[in-house]
Order: sequence, then C-alpha cells, then structure tokens
Amino acid sequence: MDTVHRTKFAILPLLLLGTMVGVPARAQINLSGVWQNQLDEDFPDRLAGPELGDYAGLPINAADRLRGETWDASLITLPEYQCRVHPSDYAPSFADFRMWEEYDRETQNLVAIHMHHFAWATERTIWMDGRPHPPDYALHTAMGFSTGKWEGDILTVTTDHFKEGWVRRNGLARSDRAVVTEHFIRHDNQLTWVTVVNDPVYLTEPLYRSRDYVLGLAGQIAPYPCESVEEIIRPKEAIPHHLPGTNTFNKEYQERHGIPVEAAMGGAETMYPEYRSKLVGAGVQPK
Amino acid sequence: MRKPSAAGRAIALVFAVAGLACAQPAAAPPDRAGNRGGPNRGAPAQNFDAVEIQTLPAQGRVTMLVGAGGNITVQAGNDGILIVDTEYPQLSGKILAAIRKISDKPLHYIINTHYHGDHTAGNENLRKAGNTITGGNVQGDLGAEASEGAAVIAHNNVLERMSGAIGGQPATPQGTWPTDTFVGEEKKMWFNNEGIEIIHIPNAHTDGDSIVFFRKSDVISTGDLFVTTTYPIIDVAAGGTINGYLDGLQKIVDLIIPVYGQEGGTLVIPGHGRLCDLGDVLNYREMTTIIRDRIQDMIKKGMTLEQVKAAKPTFDYDPLYGTTTGFWTTDRFVEAVYQTLKK
Repeated sequence: MDTVHRTKFAILPLLLLGTMVGVPARAQINLSGVWQNQLDEDFPDRLAGPELGDYAGLPINAADRLRGETWDASLITLPEYQCRVHPSDYAPSFADFRMWEEYDRETQNLVAIHMHHFAWATERTIWMDGRPHPPDYALHTAMGFSTGKWEGDILTVTTDHFKEGWVRRNGLARSDRAVVTEHFIRHDNQLTWVTVVNDPVYLTEPLYRSRDYVLGLAGQIAPYPCESVEEIIRPKEAIPHHLPGTNTFNKEYQERHGIPVEAAMGGAETMYPEYRSKLVGAGVQPK
Repeated sequence: MRKPSAAGRAIALVFAVAGLACAQPAAAPPDRAGNRGGPNRGAPAQNFDAVEIQTLPAQGRVTMLVGAGGNITVQAGNDGILIVDTEYPQLSGKILAAIRKISDKPLHYIINTHYHGDHTAGNENLRKAGNTITGGNVQGDLGAEASEGAAVIAHNNVLERMSGAIGGQPATPQGTWPTDTFVGEEKKMWFNNEGIEIIHIPNAHTDGDSIVFFRKSDVISTGDLFVTTTYPIIDVAAGGTINGYLDGLQKIVDLIIPVYGQEGGTLVIPGHGRLCDLGDVLNYREMTTIIRDRIQDMIKKGMTLEQVKAAKPTFDYDPLYGTTTGFWTTDRFVEAVYQTLKK
C-alpha cells in the first residue's frame, strides 16, 4: 500500500505540471461579441472618405504616389469593381464587426477566432492552432491568411497572402506582398485595434493605424447585400484613369486647405511631428 | 479531337517541311529558357535536381502543379487524366510522380496553351506516359500505334511554329508536336464528366494562344495570357500584340463569376505565378490597360521608343513587375507594346 500511496503522490504533481504545460491555447481574454466602431479618430478618412490628392502622413514611395495621381474614382463605377470589398487591413476603418471563437470540441483548444465585418459582409479567420502559412503560390484574398498568438492579454495577428488593396481609398495602392501585424487590445468594454502595414513595394516605413471600438451588448450586424449594375454605358474594356500629369483634381485638396504640395504628396517624413515644425519654419500656415 | 497520333505526326511533318522551305530570319525573342526562337529549345541553365513539383488543389477535379517552367493544370477523374502544358523535359519524371499522387488513371490528353518551350518541351516525355482513346476504323487502319501516347491538343499555330512551318525557327523534336490541332475560335470536349472549352485568343501572347475552361470545376487555365510574376509577355515575332493580350484578359474576366465582390467562384491558374481569382485578373488587366494607354498617348505625341522608355510609363508598377535582368525585362515589355501599337 505504501508503495501505491507514494506512487500516487508522486504522480499528482506530475499530472498537475502536465496539465499546466499542456494547457491548450485558450483565449487569454475573451474578444467575442459585437464591437461598435468609434469614429472619432481619423473621421474624415473614414466616413466621408479622404480627399483626392491627400497623401499627407503616409509613408508612401514615389511609385505609389504615381498610382494615386493617376487613379480615377470613376474606376469604381465599373460593374466588376462596385462590390469590391475593403481588405482586412482597411476594413477596421468602417462600421461594426463581430468576433467569435471556435474551439475543438474534444480538447477545448482554441482553433480560430472569426470576424465578420458589417462593411461588405467580409469574414476572416484568424487561425490560433499553430498552422503554417500557405505557400506563395496559394490563393491571395482581400482578407489574407491570418495566424494569431497571445502576447499576455493582447491578441497579435500576422496576415499575408493579400490581394492588392489600398493604403488610402483615394488611389494609393497597398501591394499583394504586404504583411500586416495587428494587435487587439481590450480594456474592459473598450477595444483598440492596431494595424501595422509593412509593404515592401509601396511603403518606405511601416504604416501604423489604430481604431477604437466599444462592446455592444445588444449589437447586431445587418446584412450587406451588394449588386453590381451598369452605371455608365461604355466599352467593357475601358479602365478609367488619368494619364500622368493630367489629373487636375489632385490640387483641390492643397488649395482648399492651404497644404503645400510637398506635404500633400506624403512620404515618411510627413508622418512625424517634426514635419509640422519644418512647415511652420518655412512660413507655411495651413488654412 | 481523337485523331491518332500517327496522323498528327504526319500532318506536322508536312508543316515542318513547308516551314523549312519558307524559313524566315530568326526574329523571335528568347523564351524563358533564354533561347532565341522561343519555343522549345530546352531549359534554362538551372539545377533541375533541386526543383520540386508542388501540388495545389484548385477546386473540383482540377489541381495546379508548380515547378520551374509554366504551371501545369491537371484534371483527373474516372475517365483518366488531362493536363494543360508540360514544362521542361528534365522535370517529366517528377511531374509524372506528382500526377500519380493525384490519380493512377491513364493520361489521355495534353493541351498546350501556346508553343513556348517552358510549356511544351515536356510534351514528348509525358505523352509517352499516356495513351490516346481510339478505336473503330482509326484503330483498324492504323493498328496499335493509333493509341500510342496521349493526344496533344493545341491551336494549329502551335504546331506550325513547333514544326518550323512558320516563324523561321528550327523545328523542335517531332515527338513534342501537337497531334490534334484546331483552328477557329474554340474546341470543345467532354472529359471526366465535365465540359472543357479550349478557347483561342488571337494575337495575344503569341498567335496560337488558348485558354482552357473547365466548366464544372469552374477553373480557367490561362497559359501565359495571364501571369502574376512579370509584365505581360508579348512574343511580337510570333504574332503577339498588346491589344490581343488585353482581349485575352477581357475574355478571362468575362468567363469568371465570383462568389461575391471580386473573389471566389471561378479560379484561375496563370501561366506563371500563384492561383488566382477575379480580383487578381482585374488588377492585372487594369495595369496592362493603363500602361498601354500611356504608351499609346506617347506615340500619338510622336515620341520615339527611346523617348518612351525614358519617360518610364511603367514607373508605378515596376516594383511589382519590373526587372532589368533576366528574360523579360521592363524595357522589352515597353518595346513590345510600342512596336505592336505602332503597327
């Protein structure tokens, strides 16, 4: 009997240790629910939409600047473009979203966290089960392929396999080679969603953005049907765009707000507070 | 559709002889293998031992194989196996091994999307691994040879170029030639319980391009009429044009029905690069159209080719598709667009 008791006592700590070591990757903090978008940050960029030619504060390179300058908003009147969804790194700018967790029934391991955005009814999955990202030749999507991990109570997500998207919805492209890191930070019923866009094609530095949400206890997400229609009769191969140097609309933003061309055209330098001093030093007074 | 291979060879031989008789000076650009003449002069200098054939299920009965040359599309079912394009012969063993992991059924059909060697040089090896469905009079007249090797289907211009009948290039080995060609807009067939459309796009990447639409699986195999890795490759010497290329992209767009927005639904296997859907093709069509329009505008202004190059009409897309080295440089793309718009 003594031997049996000793064995039991010896096994008990091992079992406890084993339980601790083998704890499945459960959510450190519950992010489930409907999160309501707070539009008090970057408001003009979000509902009304950015003005044409406003690239200030964005770390774009010269190639992306030309993408923006030659972009024609009429592009999105093409039937194939009317229901194009916002990519997952831009979707946080708009409206509410729902998050929910998926657990393996047997192990109760957290397999994935799912998200449904109101805007364009996009859905994405953040895999939490340690699976690898797909090979380069796999399909790219607007949502990308996401894997997540807990860093304390912060959910950190890495996403690649994007389709080409946009840095700002006034023509500035974000390439399909971008990798986005996201941090979901919950404080009580507040959620801060930080996105860090690394794009080796069109950005010279990472682009940081944050958006805030409030948990909606009675939150509902409405459907978002989208149907393409022929808005303008034109040859179906027509692609609206401006030839380089011919887009006069881009100057309206500069003139309306008294923004110098150099600042309006963006670039990494324009992201930092010191740039304001530089403008003030140069005698520029924004309207 | 089911001509015996021997007959195909005979027809091809006629074209080869005719081609020798009217051979023109070599003018075609080098193919991906870096060989002048484009079509089929073997493989680029690379270590094929290190190449692995990657397999990616697309949807339905269709799988994408990725190796060193053009992507290969595999359709497999109870009837057997059909593949689109064959890569380099040095990889045939590995390609067959990858196909065998998908199905142990016989390989009956090979479809070539165009004549370039990175898509066709493996024809002979892979053809030998299969057989042609035949019988009746054909079998009776030609004997067992009628069913030897898989049938190789392509637009007739593919045969003409590979056999040297047109283009002024030396013929490739006869065993690589298509055995079953078509002219006109398209060829239709039924295999593995689905309709397959082989749709000819005139004067696009070359003058013998086809895209292959698997209607039930809802997958399009485009050959080099759509790639994700470079600017559009336009083999001007082989009849390629920028406007034909755009027509091809438009045709692909027209065939696609997405689930929502620009995604899902019809999937697209490009000639080179990753598995795609509508959004990717639209982005590529957008880029190609914009650059075409810019160069067209410069031509209207009387700019020379050198002036057009200096104006960098591809500047904003160069980080994505541009290169100054290798087979298809940005300069060569601009030259091809300029030349075909000037005609």
